[in-house]
Amino acid sequence: MIPKRIAGIRFEVLSPREIRKMSVVKIITPETYDDDGFPIEFGLMDPRLGVIDPGLKCRTCGGKAGECPGHFGHIELAAPVIHVGYAKLIARLLNATCSNSECGRILMKNEKRDKFIQRIEERKKLGQDYEDIVKEVFRVTKGVKKCPHCGADQMEVKFEKPTFYYENEHRLTPKDVRERLEKIADEDLPAFGMDPHAVRPEWMVLTVLPVPPVTVRPSIILETGQRSEDDLTHKLVDIIRINQRFMENKEAGAPQLILEDLWELLQYHVTTYLDNEVSGIPPARHRSGRPLKTLAQRLKGKEGRFRGSLSGKRVNFSARTVISPDPNLSINEVGVPQEIAEELTVPIFVTEKNIEEAREFILRDDHPRANYVIREDGRRIRVIETNREELAEKLEPGWIVERQLMDGDIVLFNRQPSLHRMSIMAHYVRVLPYKTFRLNPAVCPPYNADFDGDEMNLHVPQSLEAQAEAKILMAVQEHILSPRFGGPIIGGIHDHISGLYLLTRGEKLFSKAEVMEIIRPLDVVKLPEPKHDGKWSGKQIFSMILPDITIEFKAEICQGCKECKGVDCENDAYVFIKNGELVTGTIDEKAVGAFKGIIIDEIIRKYGNEETRKFIDNMTKLAIKAIMYTGFTVGIDDVDIPKEAREQIEQVILEAEERAWKLIEAYKQGNLEPMPGRSIEETLEMKIMQELGRARDMAGKIAGKYLGMDNAAVIMAVSGARGSMLNLTQMAACIGQQSVRGERIRRGYTYTNRTLSHFKPGDLGPEARGFVKSSYKDGLNPIEFFFHAVGGREGLVDTAVRTSQSGYLQRRLINALQDLKVDYDGTVKEQTSGLLIQFRYGQDGVDPMKSYRGKPVDVVRIIKEVVGSD
Amino acid sequence: MKIKLQDHILVPKHEVLSEEEAKELLEALGVSREDLPKIKADDPIAKEIGAKKGDIVRIIRDDEFTGKNVAYRLVV
Repeated sequence: MIPKRIAGIRFEVLSPREIRKMSVVKIITPETYDDDGFPIEFGLMDPRLGVIDPGLKCRTCGGKAGECPGHFGHIELAAPVIHVGYAKLIARLLNATCSNSECGRILMKNEKRDKFIQRIEERKKLGQDYEDIVKEVFRVTKGVKKCPHCGADQMEVKFEKPTFYYENEHRLTPKDVRERLEKIADEDLPAFGMDPHAVRPEWMVLTVLPVPPVTVRPSIILETGQRSEDDLTHKLVDIIRINQRFMENKEAGAPQLILEDLWELLQYHVTTYLDNEVSGIPPARHRSGRPLKTLAQRLKGKEGRFRGSLSGKRVNFSARTVISPDPNLSINEVGVPQEIAEELTVPIFVTEKNIEEAREFILRDDHPRANYVIREDGRRIRVIETNREELAEKLEPGWIVERQLMDGDIVLFNRQPSLHRMSIMAHYVRVLPYKTFRLNPAVCPPYNADFDGDEMNLHVPQSLEAQAEAKILMAVQEHILSPRFGGPIIGGIHDHISGLYLLTRGEKLFSKAEVMEIIRPLDVVKLPEPKHDGKWSGKQIFSMILPDITIEFKAEICQGCKECKGVDCENDAYVFIKNGELVTGTIDEKAVGAFKGIIIDEIIRKYGNEETRKFIDNMTKLAIKAIMYTGFTVGIDDVDIPKEAREQIEQVILEAEERAWKLIEAYKQGNLEPMPGRSIEETLEMKIMQELGRARDMAGKIAGKYLGMDNAAVIMAVSGARGSMLNLTQMAACIGQQSVRGERIRRGYTYTNRTLSHFKPGDLGPEARGFVKSSYKDGLNPIEFFFHAVGGREGLVDTAVRTSQSGYLQRRLINALQDLKVDYDGTVKEQTSGLLIQFRYGQDGVDPMKSYRGKPVDVVRIIKEVVGSD
Repeated sequence: MKIKLQDHILVPKHEVLSEEEAKELLEALGVSREDLPKIKADDPIAKEIGAKKGDIVRIIRDDEFTGKNVAYRLVV
């Protein structure tokens, strides 16, 4: 067959002639079905309009239900009505053309018109928009008072939504409108952006209404046996009824007033048939009070034909539910509820080799059993108790058995928004009781998931190729290193970090019984020799899960001393691991955390993905055992500080406020020296901000000192598990300056130049400009509370704006970059056009995932490896 | 006095490729002339080095992070 290509698509307006031509039947009665349930001829369900009932044949084409596409009918309207969709264009045309019934020409001279037409033609040739020129034509012609062709005076036609036109307070009927449009010359149409071969303006006033085929508006049969018609059918019934009444009244010679009323009613029904959401008229409603879904509503919006049906894609073999954590699963597993596992299936393509296995699934009567078998002819048969034996008997190679999801199957797991490739990763199934998907909390960072009600999706690959790809390319352990920065994105979080910090800090000693308890979930086969007369240190326990690596680095808790003492660090902040033995240092976020995790980084480079996966599994299990062994909790009393500390903090803040007032005083007397490039006012603001900021830091330091390193909240903050010292400062000591756009709060009663009526106009003092002295624990006074709300609101607005803006940016970027590919020669090209984008990927040809934190080679590491760390 | 753009530290080195060099380059990359990135003939730097329409310009940049790297542009 010769392939056919679509050269172009053109949209035109249906002419009455065309409508009648494509119609198979003229609909004259509003009835649908007779008492016996048969469609009435010349009714809205006329059998010539197509078939929807299975078994019947179409009277027009002879096709069965499903084959016959349906055929249009038509209604002859007793009087013309305006098409709402064109109402505005009609108004423009009326104002752009002569109202004289003998003339009807465009309201400009021929030469001028030709100039416009020429400009439009040029734009068309270039494939550009010409809408703006058409707009100009309408603008120029609107003000014309006298027709340049016949000299008739022109009056403005006022358009009133949705379909009414007035000239000189006098209403124009659709008939008048149509007559005027008929007069518009073909030669003038191109100036309005219309093609006379495609569109005649009078076609925008309807005289004939197409009736869509029944396949477009099928009626449904309720359980009660009653027929329920589609909204469109209901609307068409209304139109025909009024149409008939209008005709009868006209023939009977009814008074003009009654005819006008009926005409307006007909206009209303046709308008709402086309669009039931036009402003200015009440929407047509169903008997129940629900607005009808008419033509425009079917197409419009998110759930409309375009966005909902055509662009919207739905998939089978998928599941969605709430997620919850399970640290006992490996990072590459996902817990699937039994109920879901029984619904989702994996196909077994039956061969001679696996036929027995497949047969077993058919014969089973509980969990991993067959749901369906698909015969060679493609028929899908549900496996039920009664046909089990029979199907197992008949089973032969070539059939497909759809087996329920079971342990060890590979599935894709996804959380929206799917912003990067780690948003969809392959996990191995573990069928579990209850109703949530379970995942190891260590894989929360790549999905950006938490358990406050998040839901995730799961997809079951249906071909062996897809399953192999998932296992090799998409498995979780293949994504431990992020292609974004070349470091691990999967690692310890929250309690994993606190736990290992508690375990490895200092020289904590554990008896054999204690060690056994802590390492119980690990697969440690042999205990190392105890180093501390019969006891093991926490560092030794952590070393049990370490592979043979040698590495040294400064931990997160490192204070950044001027001169690093290395392994002799007083804070135990210098981590030194020699041949898989943690010699000094504390394990914290920098060692095992997601995003940082230097140890994870080292293991993956030396031993690969699988080994790293096992390390992360062991590490998280060990950490959780360790934190449970010590016990770890935070309460309100964790931010209690002694009286002397409070006094000190108060003193510090008082002094800072005094200094701020002094600055204000100096400013008022004009003694303030402006900083380079700043005005005096800016200088003052900056200095005050500095002063108050320093005060808060001081307060934080004092609080931190009194809280001590044994405080659970402090442990979390310094080890990087959760929270920061700033958070603690704000809870325990002082919240500090509130700001909007980085400045002290100035907004409020701007005309009196004060933030609140509690202050004098022009007050520049700390309190009047949003400095919050209190801590969260003490509570805020009403004024502080207000300022805090002002500052807090900015944060909320920022996040809302940022997410929407960055989301759109991401969409555009992905759209622009989706066809780029790194070729074998290292160049980046666009796949379709072959356009060269980069001569070397990223200028240096480095794959960040295979780089060392973005650098192509880590020279220091290689030297150490070769020379040895001593 | 007219300033030479090439003397500015932020302007990378531009040079016009000879016909043989151009041929060799296209062969090595396996692309056609039009697939290369473009530079306008009236771009100040193109005017300065006397590049004409259809020429290929070699640009040698020195990047702080990625080191020395070479790019080519077709003059249009």
